[in-house]
Amino acid sequence: MDYIAQGLIRSIELLLAGDPETYSAIFTTLRISTLSIIISLAIGIPLGFLLGYFEFPGKRQVRAFVDTLLALPTVVVGLFVYAFISRRGPLGELGLLFTIPGIAVAQTILITPIVISLTATAIESLDRRLQATLVTLGARGRQILITSLMEARYAVLVAAVTAYGRAISEVGISMMIGGNIKWHTRTITTAIALETGKGDFAVGMALGIVLLTLALAVNSSLTLLKKRS
Amino acid sequence: MGREGRLVVRMTWKKICVAACVLVCLIGFSGNAAVADDVLKMATTTSTDNTGLLDYLAPAFKADTGIELQWVSVGTGKALALGKNCDVDVLLVHAPASEIKFVQEGSGVDRTELMYNDFIIIGPPSDPAGIKGTSVKDALGVIAAKKASFASRGDNSGTHKKELELWKHAQLVVPDKETWYIQTGQGMLNTINIAAERDAYTMTDRGTFIKYESNWKGNPPLVILVEGDASLRNQYSALAINPKKCSNVKYDLAKQFIAWMASAKAQKFIGDFKLMDKQLFTPNAK
Repeated sequence: MDYIAQGLIRSIELLLAGDPETYSAIFTTLRISTLSIIISLAIGIPLGFLLGYFEFPGKRQVRAFVDTLLALPTVVVGLFVYAFISRRGPLGELGLLFTIPGIAVAQTILITPIVISLTATAIESLDRRLQATLVTLGARGRQILITSLMEARYAVLVAAVTAYGRAISEVGISMMIGGNIKWHTRTITTAIALETGKGDFAVGMALGIVLLTLALAVNSSLTLLKKRS
Repeated sequence: MGREGRLVVRMTWKKICVAACVLVCLIGFSGNAAVADDVLKMATTTSTDNTGLLDYLAPAFKADTGIELQWVSVGTGKALALGKNCDVDVLLVHAPASEIKFVQEGSGVDRTELMYNDFIIIGPPSDPAGIKGTSVKDALGVIAAKKASFASRGDNSGTHKKELELWKHAQLVVPDKETWYIQTGQGMLNTINIAAERDAYTMTDRGTFIKYESNWKGNPPLVILVEGDASLRNQYSALAINPKKCSNVKYDLAKQFIAWMASAKAQKFIGDFKLMDKQLFTPNAK
């Protein structure tokens, strides 16, 4: 029991003392997940809109496919991306292995389906009359896209937050693609894996608490946004 | 909500979005963006990393040569695979037979022996199979005969390769499918922890065991039962990846690293590295 209490105390110590290793892992995590969320939102929101807005043959199959990708295991993404970006692989020349952009690319593959699927659901659940009204009022192309997304903004935000949560909490990709290199690609989750491997449960738990705090911060900012408008 | 109200909402949303984007960009692209001058990428084994040896050596190496050492710690099997795929520049591993094969294949060059420690067999103090103080051969024989739980790395690491070699040496079949033979597929300290939870025996390098002892403040649940056998020596060597096979590896940096590790100064550092007042590695570069 002792070491659980120790973990809690240690986590507060690490954070208050500004332990450079801990903060390096925190910032690396934020940097990677930020990159991957920006890219996946840029790709996922328009695609999700198209999928939710238009009726086309094979739509159900596409939807089923995207929903299947929600269950993508991180180690599978890690393995495939490794095969591609290893110096022996087809994209080896880019030198992405063991770098932050490398992890971000793999995480983007992991979380874009979440953004697409949840955005599509959000658009589908809009009042059908909105579309008719917009068209009658003379809205075209991008105007329809933006207005629909504005109407569905909370649901789209939920998509973003869910995707972000998946990105900051995954460990398989960060470990396989990042390699857990100290000061460079060591994220909170890989650091936890390492500290547990070293038998240093206190530091591992401390980092776990940091991760939970981050998740809480993201979620409460969402709640705050909802309340304000 | 009136039209005006909606407009206000839109404005705040825009502001929030802009603020969020700015913040996100700041976090995303700030920090140690400064590209490190000379970076040497190394694949190494869990034992050199878990014990803290590399954390202790890397700053001294940087001070002397200006080269920044970055390492990934994996089992020796995976380290060799990363080397073969040209993903790292240098290796620090401990499986002599596989290393020599690696050099013969033309994947590695400049294999240099740097230091050693030894393997030990540890187990619960009650020693249910009664192997304390016996030879490795007898100990494995008794464990197999009594079907006492034994945790194996099972991950193709240097330690795992050594263990397989010892079973073979004792003229026993590797108990691959036996229920008492627990293959963890994890790093050394994890495997020791699993062995402790299951009251099992396991084989470990001494460096990792000392680290384990120090985690438990000198009072670990598993203790050394078999040690000192000549077949238990654990030799660590460095290898550079062959630049002829991997044109993009930093061979000159790798060469500098190996030379530095074999230098009198670094060898003394290695000998001085202690946990709980115990030496973890014995330098032996020629």
